[in-house]
Amino acid sequence: MRKRSWPLIIMAALGFLFLYLPIVVLIVFSFNESKLVTVWGGWSLKWYASLFSNQEIMDAAWVSLKIAVISASLASVLGTMTGFVLSRIPRFRGKTILSGWAMAPLVMPDVITGLSLLLLFVSMGSLFGWPAERGTTTVVIAHTTFCLAYVAVVVQSRLSTLDETLEEAAMDLGAKPSSLFFLITLPLIMPAIVSGWLLSFTLSLDDLVIASFVSGPGNSTLPMVIFSKVRLGITPEVNALATLMIVAVALSVLIALYIMRRQKRVVG
Amino acid sequence: MAVVTESSVNSAASNKVWRQEESTPFVEIKQVTKKFDDFAAVKNVSLDVYKNELFCLLGGSGSGKSTLLRMLAGFESPTSGEIIIDGVDMSGIPPWERPINMMFQSYALFPHLSVEANVAFGLKRQRIANVEVKRRVADIIDMVQLGHLAKRKPHMLSGGQRQRVALARALVKRPKLLLLDEPLGALDKKLREETQFELMRLQEELGITFIVVTHDQEEAMTLSTRIGVMDNGVIVQTAEPHQVYEFPSNRYVAEFIGNVNMFEGHVFSDERDCVIIQSDDVLGQIQVNHGISCVPNQKVAVAVRPEKIRISRTMPDSDKNRAQGKISDIAYMGGQSIFKVMLDSEKEIRVTQPNVARFIEDRLTWEDQVYVSWDPDSCVVLTS
Repeated sequence: MRKRSWPLIIMAALGFLFLYLPIVVLIVFSFNESKLVTVWGGWSLKWYASLFSNQEIMDAAWVSLKIAVISASLASVLGTMTGFVLSRIPRFRGKTILSGWAMAPLVMPDVITGLSLLLLFVSMGSLFGWPAERGTTTVVIAHTTFCLAYVAVVVQSRLSTLDETLEEAAMDLGAKPSSLFFLITLPLIMPAIVSGWLLSFTLSLDDLVIASFVSGPGNSTLPMVIFSKVRLGITPEVNALATLMIVAVALSVLIALYIMRRQKRVVG
Repeated sequence: MAVVTESSVNSAASNKVWRQEESTPFVEIKQVTKKFDDFAAVKNVSLDVYKNELFCLLGGSGSGKSTLLRMLAGFESPTSGEIIIDGVDMSGIPPWERPINMMFQSYALFPHLSVEANVAFGLKRQRIANVEVKRRVADIIDMVQLGHLAKRKPHMLSGGQRQRVALARALVKRPKLLLLDEPLGALDKKLREETQFELMRLQEELGITFIVVTHDQEEAMTLSTRIGVMDNGVIVQTAEPHQVYEFPSNRYVAEFIGNVNMFEGHVFSDERDCVIIQSDDVLGQIQVNHGISCVPNQKVAVAVRPEKIRISRTMPDSDKNRAQGKISDIAYMGGQSIFKVMLDSEKEIRVTQPNVARFIEDRLTWEDQVYVSWDPDSCVVLTS
């Protein structure tokens, strides 16, 4: 065993503290008995109980979950297709534009994405009457758009490290391109698609800015409801909600990591 | 045992179909060129391979041997020329419709499938009954002695086991032609030797035509019925292994395969059954007992293999095919010794001698003055 060096331990501790202290404080205060957010009044689960009986929050949570699942799934399909085209077709007209567009949402400020999508929906609505009004559908479309980019990037990087002779071997053994894709390529990039899905799911669940632009009345997502509540003053209910969300997000990230690691061990 | 030996000798003699004028080739490569942008990886190659051959394409990296193999498999299409397999023109036929299977250098085993499923993959792409698939998979897995590992995934196998899975997977469809890309490249020396004989046995048993790509000349020598030596996108010589070694057609082949001593010189006199070459490297004349087409004074090189040179302290009788020098280095290899001799012309040559006797009173040693000599029959004149 190497001797532990104190400076390293201190640096690591500082890093952990900086990253996790706010979250720990939040979680601890979600079990606070007191009605005041900043004053400790002993342990209690009452804010969790009141959270689950709060219809507005429950509705918003349901809307958010629905949107997250649908848009993550759509983004996974479209993103996989995009990633596949970008990494497997060496040259085609508009490849640079496509790859640029696929990366753009990663660096584009949410405000701009939200605004441009809002403008698109409004002008589409007045041109051909669809979408007639903004709601769940428009949020799903918006989230799919920016999540697609993340899936495409993950899938593309997986495909580029995938040994191409595997696909050649399958063709050599008599697999036509369609069965090649479903029997060899898809199973091998599945972990990337799954982690892309989980990433999209958390991103969609987390998004406030874009959703604020493109959602309609009666379709507030969870982050929107929290944000509006916070503006009126924080209730400990919000702490409880945030704790639950942290647990959900951490869980999906852990699952994604686990899958990626297992795959790395198998494929090498 | 005696019966086996006899039959294999017989089959070896009758197998030399490429020596018979009337035999039709199984694989015909006709003036095939492959260009990648401006770079020609394969230049106007023509080659015939006959049924049941174990043909080796031998060459260094970048010689175009792999590109040629990939064109046979259908992963690349020739820029010009045509490839005909068993009488069928292969142009426009995709890899999955060719009667060919390939064993990849990296083995390319599907990591998410078990050994069994890997081997069965090719059969399942055809319309074959499940029972039949199972039987054939089990048979071939037994044949490569992997029955006990059938349920394992590739990452749980050793290199040698993976190699055998790859071989089984390529053989199970009973292709007309099997392509092997550096089949033994990833194995250690001992395993390599075993597998070489295994490959030859399988090839003989199954009667499948093999085309092997390799950069390893020893591998090519032991395995093949014939060797095609490739350099720079061109096949420079196609011949049986011993011909390639004993009668290399040019300098590249002579130097690529085995060790060789090259003596530069020019044609002194050209007679009907021999050539006399004046060489400054030996400070004398070299007689070669085979005719060549040459003009007087043409610059040529004479190639002599190290094991065909004698080394002694006494002067040889003949005044040709000899040189004088000093031993500059000795490497004892057990079965043989390698001597490096610095000739009086300042040219260093290599001589190998079998260590026949265990005790020699007057063993040759460093700095000894020696004569080297060789027979007029054991050297080759190279004009290119």
